Formats: sequence, structure tokens, C-alpha cells
Amino acid sequence: MYAFEYHRPTTLAGALADLENADAKPLAGGQTLLPTMKQRLASPSALVELSGVPELSGIARDGDAVVIGAMTRHIDVAQSPVVAGAIPALAALAGGIGDPQVRNRGTLGGSLANNDPAADYPGAALALGATIVTDRRRIAAEDYFTGLFETALEPGELITKVSFPIPQKAAYVKFPSPASRYALVGVFVAKTADGVRVAVTGSGESGVFRVDSFETALSANFSPSALDGLSVPADGLNSDLHADADYRAHLIGVLAKRAVAAAG
Amino acid sequence: MSATGIGASVKRLEDIRFITGKGRYVDDVNRPGQAFAYFLRSPHAHATIDKIDASEALKAPGVVAIFTGDDIAADKVGGLICGWMIHSKDGSPMQAGAHPALAQGKVRYVGDHVAVVIADTYAQARDAGEQIVVDYTPLPAVVDPAKAAEADQAQVHDAAPNNTCFNWHLGDKAATEAAFAAAAHVTKLDLVNNRLIPNAMEPRAAVGDYDSGTDTITLYTTSQNPHVARLVLSAFIGLAPEHKLRVIAPDVGGGFGSKIFIYAEETVCAWAAKKIDRPVKWTADRTEAFLSDAHGRDHVTHAELALDASGRMTGVRVHTIANMGSYLSTFASSVPTYLYAPLLSGQYDIPAIYAEVDAVYTTTAPVDAYRGAGRPEATFVIERLVELAARETGRDPAEFRRQNFVTQFPHQTPVIMAYDVGDYAQALDKALALADYKGVGARKAASAAKGKLRGVGFSAFIEACGIAPSAAVGSLGAGVGLWESAEVRVNPIGTVEILTGSHSHGQSHETTFAQLVSDRLGIPIGNVSIVHGDTDKVQMGMGTYGSRSGAVGMSAIVKALDKIEAKAKKVAGHVLEASDQDIEFKDGKFTVKGTDKSIDFGSVALQAYVAHKFNGQELEPGLKESAFWDPTNFTFPAGVHICEVEIDPETGVVKVDRYTAVDDFGKLINPMVVHGQVHGGIAQGIGQALLEGAVYNDDGQLLTASYMDYCMPRADNLPSFTIDTIETPCPSNPLGIKGCGEAGAIASPPAVINAITDALGHEDVTMPATPQVVWRATQKAPLKRAAE
Repeated sequence: MYAFEYHRPTTLAGALADLENADAKPLAGGQTLLPTMKQRLASPSALVELSGVPELSGIARDGDAVVIGAMTRHIDVAQSPVVAGAIPALAALAGGIGDPQVRNRGTLGGSLANNDPAADYPGAALALGATIVTDRRRIAAEDYFTGLFETALEPGELITKVSFPIPQKAAYVKFPSPASRYALVGVFVAKTADGVRVAVTGSGESGVFRVDSFETALSANFSPSALDGLSVPADGLNSDLHADADYRAHLIGVLAKRAVAAAG
Repeated sequence: MSATGIGASVKRLEDIRFITGKGRYVDDVNRPGQAFAYFLRSPHAHATIDKIDASEALKAPGVVAIFTGDDIAADKVGGLICGWMIHSKDGSPMQAGAHPALAQGKVRYVGDHVAVVIADTYAQARDAGEQIVVDYTPLPAVVDPAKAAEADQAQVHDAAPNNTCFNWHLGDKAATEAAFAAAAHVTKLDLVNNRLIPNAMEPRAAVGDYDSGTDTITLYTTSQNPHVARLVLSAFIGLAPEHKLRVIAPDVGGGFGSKIFIYAEETVCAWAAKKIDRPVKWTADRTEAFLSDAHGRDHVTHAELALDASGRMTGVRVHTIANMGSYLSTFASSVPTYLYAPLLSGQYDIPAIYAEVDAVYTTTAPVDAYRGAGRPEATFVIERLVELAARETGRDPAEFRRQNFVTQFPHQTPVIMAYDVGDYAQALDKALALADYKGVGARKAASAAKGKLRGVGFSAFIEACGIAPSAAVGSLGAGVGLWESAEVRVNPIGTVEILTGSHSHGQSHETTFAQLVSDRLGIPIGNVSIVHGDTDKVQMGMGTYGSRSGAVGMSAIVKALDKIEAKAKKVAGHVLEASDQDIEFKDGKFTVKGTDKSIDFGSVALQAYVAHKFNGQELEPGLKESAFWDPTNFTFPAGVHICEVEIDPETGVVKVDRYTAVDDFGKLINPMVVHGQVHGGIAQGIGQALLEGAVYNDDGQLLTASYMDYCMPRADNLPSFTIDTIETPCPSNPLGIKGCGEAGAIASPPAVINAITDALGHEDVTMPATPQVVWRATQKAPLKRAAE
């Protein structure tokens, strides 16, 4: 790790001011950033620790949505009665991220800002049609995820909270990489009044994506058998040590059916 | 049996220290004025070093010195060595390329040591290291051992044409060919024994400390055998004479073989400490551990088994290509040769065996002994062959094994080993019962009803441990003897210090060795301390590997205790005014036979030191004895493991549903500790079978250089094991011990793969059998078998 300055603002305005330095990085849970820095693969001049900003944390029901502060930890989402009551699939997803150490430090906003293609939250955000709220605007999930580790966030822009519309039914099924336990494939299925949305994480060359053919079939008939005969093309899927594109394409079909079954 | 004696499951005495953070590991050692070393490592698998420019780095803050291979060579300090000479079939000696501690002119794997930067802090050393400019000319990587000897491959060492270290063989080729010519059935199999990275919990570390007043170097290092390290560093590398070199291996957090070897880093730290006259410390980070700890396994094998019409095994022939990596590590050459081929007879009476092993260099990390070392590779070959032969000929795999078991002992195999004792059928029967083998059919049907595939696999393993009779291994090329030493120091009030050449890095010696002493001397276990890991305390020793510390290390203690008892009887005789011939020693008391005159052990110890009751010219004062134990044979732990898996054909996920192990380790000192060893070994073996595999890409970059990609077994990968033992005491040592440290890792990979292939109905599965591998295998139709 290289030397860096450390800031711990207590207001959002203070955090934004600290982040005006282009080489500064916000520190949310640090579950990706700190290991990257330890390996000397990142060298921000300053870290702006956000845990002291109270308005960035918290979970609340807001009409037909659950709104979760960006600095809310995975463990808090997993154990929230509000989330469990409204979107149990989201609580279960949060409870399956990483391991207890990761869940006790990692945050929703950190995960979405990093947009690791193998992270779980992007699947939920895209399938549920979440809105990512920042210090300056509201971004629909469809417009937010723009590529591997890339988002619509501008330099210095901070996620403050995320609004998840409450679906009729939803489930997330993850096939973890044997080694890292990140999602090799993760499929989030959500049935809403406007139809079914299916988002796949862990697989796409450009990160999380929706599967139109699955959504059409499931919107007509929300049952696993509706996916019989449908598949995702291997083109555009990642190939690595643990899963090539063909295997990932196969798993997407299997997991989608399991997610529909789990959603009930 | 006493509560702390032999056979009692005494809780580990060392655990309080470890679980309360009081362990003292090498990284806990800090010497006044110490500097820190950072090793600049090669980013290339294979390249010439054209120029090293450290001029800017030398100006960096805190930098004390920067050294390269030329600096070490200029000090007449030699390269790293391999301590086991293997001769090829044609009688020529193995071709060991030079192995400089810091590269000279060429790098041969990613992670190879190019230079060392020594600075006031580690961060400064690392910062400076990034400013060293090295001009490399990359050369083609050599990654695939199966192709390494081909003419179009780049040459790793000029001294080893065709990247070949040796072409070795063992056994009677003509007799084996005749057996195959006459066979009623021949089973053939191509196998890859996947490359593993040891991953001890504690990474390697070293602190070199030089005392200019006495011209003595002290090296603190993560070693399984500090005396061997001292011997090699002194006699072969030429760092300092032995009496001017002290090696200390304090608490060590796991080794699994990887800390047997003498590596570049500790060599450089010890040398540099004298060079700059300041202590020099280095602790590997996990990436360095992945890149530069000696890896394990990595065999490519074709194997065949011949049967006669009645199902008797008549011959085995094996051809193996063994990947040695870029350099010959300390004992690398022994692993695919004498620790491998002599085990190819398994538990079976096979009259003819012939094995050929081609050892090749590649531009990958050195490969050396890893838990089991050669014996897991042999067991994988023979147990996969035997299982497949049973399937091909329509025989039950258990009964086919039973039909071919060695039943008469001693049994001389055609490949060196003389099995001393065993009861393979008893272990098989017990395992079959514990595994509910009769219920397999019903469980398979139940799995099928859920859309799952269930399979059962056997592994009837044998290993050669207690390494080993010195003259025997000397005749096979070993550069050292493989005895062990012990010294028993009885203090004047009767407490006892045991100095042992064995080294505990997870094996529980502080408990089990103390149990032996407590049992033998009839003293509380708390009155015994075990001293190890310091060449200034223990005079000489050979260390801990090959499941040898019980069979060899404890035997040396027994021999020394015999001397203690004999001496103490003489002292007691003087005190009790009787002949020492009339003194009995039992339960900590010396008694004059047939009388009630007695004296306890502690009082005898005091009498030995005050020396008031005997003539000091006729009987020496004091009570301290030492012994060396040289084994007369290997020991032969054996057992039967049965694995049952359930496969989800939709995803390829393999669930190890049941795992049963019945092992014969001879006499057990501490059953809890033995079970712990078996648990860990099985976990590592299941790791090899399902999860672990080192992968280099075509450019020689290690793709599995972190836990993100290298999959270690975790608790949720494993079932609760069913573990039991049988006992046929080993006749070649006084305690009847065979050794238990490696058995689980040796036995389990073939048991798991045999279960998976049973479930799939074909043999086309490689290790590690990851979900992707198994899913793909489920796409292939089951074979038609003889029995179907």
C-alpha cells in the first residue's frame, strides 16, 4: 500500500468537498478498494471515509419502494425487517454476499459504485428497476450500469441512496465461483405489475444484463416450464478458469428456472 | 491407561498458546536495528536478464543495499541444491541446472528472484524495488510437462538437454511385459495428477541476524527441519560453518512439506545480514507464497493393469512424466521416483511391476514434496486402475480388491518395499459396514428419483512412512541419513525436558511426545516439556515430514528413555541398598523386587544430581541421556476409504455425501490427534480432487495466484467424516507406530474420483473435478460395462 491522506467528513457537503480532489477516492466498505490498494494496484492520494456521514445510512419504506442509504452495510440489509417484509429476495441476496467479514463492512453504495461484474447487487438493482439516487440526480438502473466496473457516475458524484420498487414476487439464485464465492452466475427474477424482469450478473462481458426472451416468456407464464427450450447465447458471456461461456449460458437457464421456482 | 498416557485423547497442550495469540512465529521475531528485505521477482516465465539498473533505487529513502546474483556469487556463496541423486536408466546422473539464490543472467519462472532490496522499512524496500529497471529479453515459456521434452520447446537449462532431468525406471521390465502378454484383460488409463499449491496458513518468513563479535549468523526461519537447513546452508551453500550458524524454527504455522526445503529467501536474508551487519527480515505475502513456495504433484501418467482370467492382478506398468518446475528443489528428485514407484503395488500381491518416470523442467515454480509426496500420486494410479478394472470385468470393486490383497507378511513387492504387517481385509470389512455399502443401491435409486447421480468409490491405500533406514535411502541416492535424535534431560527435582530433532508445525508433538514420557516415567504430563526447533539446543535432527515423527522421532525418545531408566535404576539401587538388577520400575516408582522398599522418580533424579549415595567415579552423577534411532524398515500405514458423492447433473456440482475412512496406523498415542490428522488430510485430498489446481497460462503466468482463483477446501465443501481405525502394531519400532500425517491426503483423491466416475458411468473426468468439469462430463453418455 502506498501512503495516502485520510479524511473522515461528517456531512455530505464535507464529503463532496473532500472528493473535489480528482485523485481522492470515497471509502465505503473498502472490500474491494482496500485489497486493491494493498496490492499496489490502486494509489489514491486520499481516502474519504463515508461512514461518518449519517444521512448516507438507513433503511425505510417509502410507498411502493424500499429506500436504502448508500452506506448501509450488507448485514443491515440482510437483517432488516423492512427489507425482509417487502423484498425478501433482496434481504436474502444481501445475506449471501461474501462472508460475515465482508457483510459487516461492505455497503450497498460501494458495491453499486464499483460495479464488479461478479457482484450480486447489480442483479437486484437491474431486475427490480431500482433508482440510484446521487448527490445531484436520480439514475434509473437501466442507465446506470454502463460496463465492467463502469457506471454513469461522474467524477466526484456520490450515491446517496437507492430506491428499490417492491415487486409482487422475486428471487435471486447465485452459483458461486468455487474459489472466490463471487457470483459465477447470478440470476435475479422479479415479477412486477409491469411484467417480469430477469437480470443476470457474474456472466456478461459488459456486466449485468437483462434477458428479454426470458422476460417475455415469464411475463406470459410465470413458471419454470415457461423457460423450457429457451437459452441465452454464449456470445457476449465471460470465459475464465472456472466457467467458459457455454457453461455460463447453460447455468443462466438452470438458475433462472430455479429462481422462478423459488419466487413461487 | 492413564489419563495422560499412551492411548489417551489428551487435549493439545500447545493450543492455549496458539488460540490466545501467544504463539511466537518468525514474523514475531524482531531484532534491534533490523532492516527489511523486498525481493524483486521476475514478471516473465522465461527471459534473459540483459541489464539491472538499480542506480535510482539506491537513492530512494531508507535503502541500505541492493544485491543481485553477482553479489552473492562474488562472496563465494553457492546456489541452492537438491539432496537426492537420481540416475537415469542409462546410468547417467540427473541433470540439475544451477539454482542461484538470486538469478544470474536468466529467470526461469514468474516469481524467480532477481534482486533483493534492503531498507529501513518494508515499504521503503518495496518502493525502491519498483524503481529498479531490469532489461529482459523474453524467451518462450515451457508450461506443459507432457510437451516439455519435445524438440521445439525452449530450453530451461543448458545443462539439461530436452528439458530432461532424468529418465528413471524401477522394476523388472521383461517380467512385466511377459505378464501383459499373457493377460486375460488389460485395463488402461491416462491420468493427470493436478498441480497443487501448499498454502500453509503461515507464509514463509526469515530473519537473518549476524553477531560480528562472535562471527555467528542466527537464522530464524519457517522450517520443518532446522538442522537440515543448517547443514545445507553450511556444507553446500557455504554460508558459514555449522558452529557459526544457528538456525531457529520457532512456532511454525503449517508446512505440508513446503517448509522442508531451503529456499532463496532465507539464504539471502542470512547472507545479507552479515554483509550489511544488520538483521534482515522478510515475510512472504500471500502472492509470493503462491508464486514461490514449492508446488506439489503435477504428473502426467499412462498406466496399465494386467489381470488373469480369474481376476488376479498379474502386472502393472506405468509411464509418468513428472514436472520438476524450473529448478530442482531440495528433495524434488526423490518424490516422483523412490517415494512414488515403490508404492505402485498398493495393497495387492502383484508379481510384476515396471515404472518409467521422465522428469522434466518447465518454466514454472519448483515442484517438490507436498503432503504425501509421491505416494498420493502412486495411490491415485493404482486405485483408479483397480476400480476401473473391476468395472470393466464386472467385478464388485470391494471383492476384487479383497481377492488381490496381500495376506501373508512379510511381503516383498517387486518394487523395493517389504511390507511388514497389515490386515487389509479387516479394514475393508469395517469400512464396508461403516459406509453401509449394502445400502448404496437404495441410495442411488433415491438420488435418481431426485434427478441426481450417485456414485461410490473406494481407495485401499498403502504408504511407506517413517522415513527411513539411512543405509537404504543412501543406497537409493539420498544425501542424508534419515534417523532421528532425542535427548532426555531430567532435572534434579524430576521434571523432564525432551530435546527432539523432530519439529512440530501442527503435529501436536508438545502433547503426544509428553504423553509418551509421562506414561513411561510415571510423572505428570505437566512435568514434561518438549524442546525443538533450535540448532543451539538440539544437537542434530532430521526434522518432520513423511509421517516420521511418531515412528522415528518418538522411537529415539524411547531409546533415550531406556537409557534413563537403566541409569536411574543404578542410582535407585545405591539409595535402596540393592543391586540395580533387583530394581523394578513401574508407575513412577523404583522398587526392590519382593520388598516394599521404593523411591519415586523425582527422588532418584535428586539423588542422581546430589551424588551423595554413590561413588562418582563408579557412577557418573546426573541424569541425562541421548539417543539416535535409525529405523530398520519403512512403516506401512494402510486403510480403506469409501467416498459417496451425489452429482447435480444440471450444474455439475459434486456433493461429497458420505466419507468413511478406516485406517491402520498401528498403535495410537493420542486418538484425537490422529483423527485430527486424518480430517485434515482428507480435506486436502478432497481439495485436490474437487477444488484445487494450479494453472499457468501459455505464457507461464500463474493464473491461480490468489484465493480468488485458487480454491482451498472449506468446511462447507466437506461432510462429517466417519473415521475409525484398526491396529496391527508396527514390528519395526518400539511403540508399534506407523504414522498418520499423510494418509488422508494420500487415500482420498482416488476415492472421490472413483465415486464421481461411478456416478457418471465413464472415466472422463480430470482433477479438480470442478462443477464445470463435471457438468461437461455429464454430457457424455455412460459406457456400457461388462456387468450391464
